[in-house]
Amino acid sequence: MTIEVNTPTLSPLSTDARSLRPLLEWLARRAEPVVISLGAILAGLALFSLFILVVGKSPADLFRLMYTGGFGSWFSIQNSLSRAAPLLLTALCVALPARLGLVVIGGEGAVVLGGVAAAAIALPLTASVSPIVVIPLMAIAGMIAGGIWIGLAGVLRHYRGVNETIASLLLAYIAIALMNHFIEGPLRDPASLNKPSTAPLPAEYMLGNIPGMDVNWGLVIGIVACIIAWVLIEATSFGFAARIAGGNVRAAQIQGLPVGRLIVGFTALAGSFAGLAGMVEVAAVQGSANASLAAGYGYTGILVAFLARHNPLAIIPVAILLGGIDASGGLIQRRMGLPDATVLVLQGTLFVVILLCETFYGRFKIFNPDLWKSPGLRSNLSEGTA
Amino acid sequence: MIQIRDTPLPRAGKAVGIQTIGMTMRFGSFTALDNVSIDVPAGTFHALLGENGAGKSTLVKCIMGFYHQTSGSLSVDGHEVSVQSPKDAATYGLGMVYQQFTLVPSLTGAENLVINRAHVPAIINWAKERKELAAFMERMPFKISLDRPVSELAAGEKQKLEIVKQLYLGRSFLILDEPTSVLTPAEADEMLGLVRGMTERGELTVLMISHKFHEVTKFTDAVTVLRRGKMAGSGLVKDLTTKDMAAMMIGDVKLAELDTRLPVPADATPILVVSDIKAPDRTGLKMIDIGNLTVRAGEIVGIAGISGNGQKELAEVLAGQRPPEAGSITVKGSLYGATRRETHINNVRFIPEEPLNNACAPKMTVTENLAFRTFDVKREGGDALWLDMKSMRRRAASLISDFKVKTASHSSPIASLSGGNVQRAVLARELTGDVDLLIVSNPCFGLDFSAVAEIRARIMKARNSGTAVLLLSEDLDELLEMSDRIMVMSDGRLVYETPALSADISVIGAHMAGHH
Repeated sequence: MTIEVNTPTLSPLSTDARSLRPLLEWLARRAEPVVISLGAILAGLALFSLFILVVGKSPADLFRLMYTGGFGSWFSIQNSLSRAAPLLLTALCVALPARLGLVVIGGEGAVVLGGVAAAAIALPLTASVSPIVVIPLMAIAGMIAGGIWIGLAGVLRHYRGVNETIASLLLAYIAIALMNHFIEGPLRDPASLNKPSTAPLPAEYMLGNIPGMDVNWGLVIGIVACIIAWVLIEATSFGFAARIAGGNVRAAQIQGLPVGRLIVGFTALAGSFAGLAGMVEVAAVQGSANASLAAGYGYTGILVAFLARHNPLAIIPVAILLGGIDASGGLIQRRMGLPDATVLVLQGTLFVVILLCETFYGRFKIFNPDLWKSPGLRSNLSEGTA
Repeated sequence: MIQIRDTPLPRAGKAVGIQTIGMTMRFGSFTALDNVSIDVPAGTFHALLGENGAGKSTLVKCIMGFYHQTSGSLSVDGHEVSVQSPKDAATYGLGMVYQQFTLVPSLTGAENLVINRAHVPAIINWAKERKELAAFMERMPFKISLDRPVSELAAGEKQKLEIVKQLYLGRSFLILDEPTSVLTPAEADEMLGLVRGMTERGELTVLMISHKFHEVTKFTDAVTVLRRGKMAGSGLVKDLTTKDMAAMMIGDVKLAELDTRLPVPADATPILVVSDIKAPDRTGLKMIDIGNLTVRAGEIVGIAGISGNGQKELAEVLAGQRPPEAGSITVKGSLYGATRRETHINNVRFIPEEPLNNACAPKMTVTENLAFRTFDVKREGGDALWLDMKSMRRRAASLISDFKVKTASHSSPIASLSGGNVQRAVLARELTGDVDLLIVSNPCFGLDFSAVAEIRARIMKARNSGTAVLLLSEDLDELLEMSDRIMVMSDGRLVYETPALSADISVIGAHMAGHH
């Protein structure tokens, strides 16, 4: 460490500005995704308001109801959190492959197969084996089923060059067909008449609620999964290798990184998170595997992951926000006479606006960390560059 | 709007001259072109020299109307004109041949010419067009078949066709942007000789962007040199030496000097041995077929060849990006499959061409990019599960200062660095530590003099310390300067080998062109 003696005297103001600059630089770097995502949500809400005006209702009333229905009371908060739980896991199914540069949108398939696998493994065991063994087994079965399903899209992608987006979507349809086959055929409980289902799980084999809340353990599982995924990506060498492959696959190959194994491993892990969501649906909500598994959590997860920019920690607040929007659907239906699908229109609008806003990254000079480096640069940059 | 013009309409086959006066172009605070005045009289062959980023392309883009200059003016045959777009430029007879080909590969030469005309009839009478084209080609010094699809033409023929296209469209002033970069020396000489003939007959004026001094001295009349957007000098070629021109281009920068080349011992151990490798090329239609390629410790083996003759595929095979169908690669005596473990154990390093696109993750930070080779090994050896961000940052800081990488901050995305600094960062990553085998591909493409000199010095230093170097390059001068042995690759095979000291450039050129 050297001490400079002859530094020219600086005015107090410029010293202040200089000490602030690293902070401003850091802020500029970090603020971009937050500001753009929030801007996208606001723009999406504005567009949606137009739609509401066209159908002759008041957007202000609607947003007020949405707030009440999603977050206005302890009851509605719990409702929102319950709905957020599966979204945490299905969003990871999109976010993890996305860090490798893959767009996987077939999480729904992993959800339904995970649910069926969990129910299938539990049924023969409920008579004789203790829940402490059966519940983890259900989770493992769900994760394996989901992992194989999305991992298959990764295998097709790496070894046969099949587009993973299309493959995972088509695999989701096959998965739903398989689920229908099992719950209407081999696994059907003869007592389920109107809605074909597997036999219901006895109460002691269900995942209960978090103590003191009317929210099941799925929320905790989802949050823990998000934290694990974040640590994996940001703090381990596997995650770093995946980020290199996602950033430039050619550079990863030149470094001798096992790109194929990374792709298959990450897609399988992503699928196992979605499969776990299916297990939670069976073991905590439905009590059996049935057509309600295909409730669209896999698709809403895509929206959550994109809104969170594939950052596993950002998925947590985004999933809760979308859980809230979802939770308010019933209230909107009752109070405003709008159909339940109204919230789906909102979700779709948000998704399109978010995809559009991806093109704004790097367009705003205020987020350019270089802008905050030297005072001279600032006025020059604002003149506009080619 | 009707444009009022006082210049006579250009006539095909009658050269026009141009002049720029005080041309200045600013992008925000950056001045790309500062008060540049050049004079290219009708019927002359004028060279525009300068390093990357010196403002050559900015100047020609202003002339062609792609950019609108901040101040300054352009005259054609002594009349000031306003060129708002390339279309305007065409009306004055100004045309440009780009570095990359702009012909449609699946169409024939004749079709390419006709569809590029300003007014193409909805239904083309091909019989009539062919007759007119035949008459037009009679007047051309270039002899090329117009009936074959462009994809079947050799690079030299395509380049001639590009020029013919401009002449067919009635241009009488042509800008050629590094027109010989994809040609063999013989093709380049022939093409430039024909262009020279047209200027001497007063049919054409040419402004050629180039960085090859031998072309400039052999074919052009006058030269203008730009440096950092300013005029660094100009004059008649006959009054200038190559040294004068180089001095104008780089200014008073001190270039890194190559180490003296240590002799390769006769018993140097072979490090890389490639035998009987066969692999499909990127089209999947042809095979590359390398019989025997050996690189010994302490020598540089250069692979020459025109782009697209399998060099890229060979590099990909060696880097494990393209699995070979047959044959074997050994490094230091053991089979080599380019896995991460094998590259670590044998100290193999790759420096691919266009490092930003092939060796970096552009959006990741400089620090992260510098860690690509070491992030998964502990300092004391063994696989690391957890990233050690602290030592990553420390290592990056020392590499950045050792290799003088200029970056705004260590956490800037690497894509924000200039080309030379990206290449320095990649060299810093790959040349630190023990290196037994270094595979380099076009390391200096698109870099300025000082970066080129520094990068070559580093490679030479590695060679002298015992690294086996395989250098794939499209730049013959670079190969002649750097290599101990030169091999020529043509049509997927190694067809010729010569020691660099006794190499005959015309023989190498003939093999590059496929005459063997």
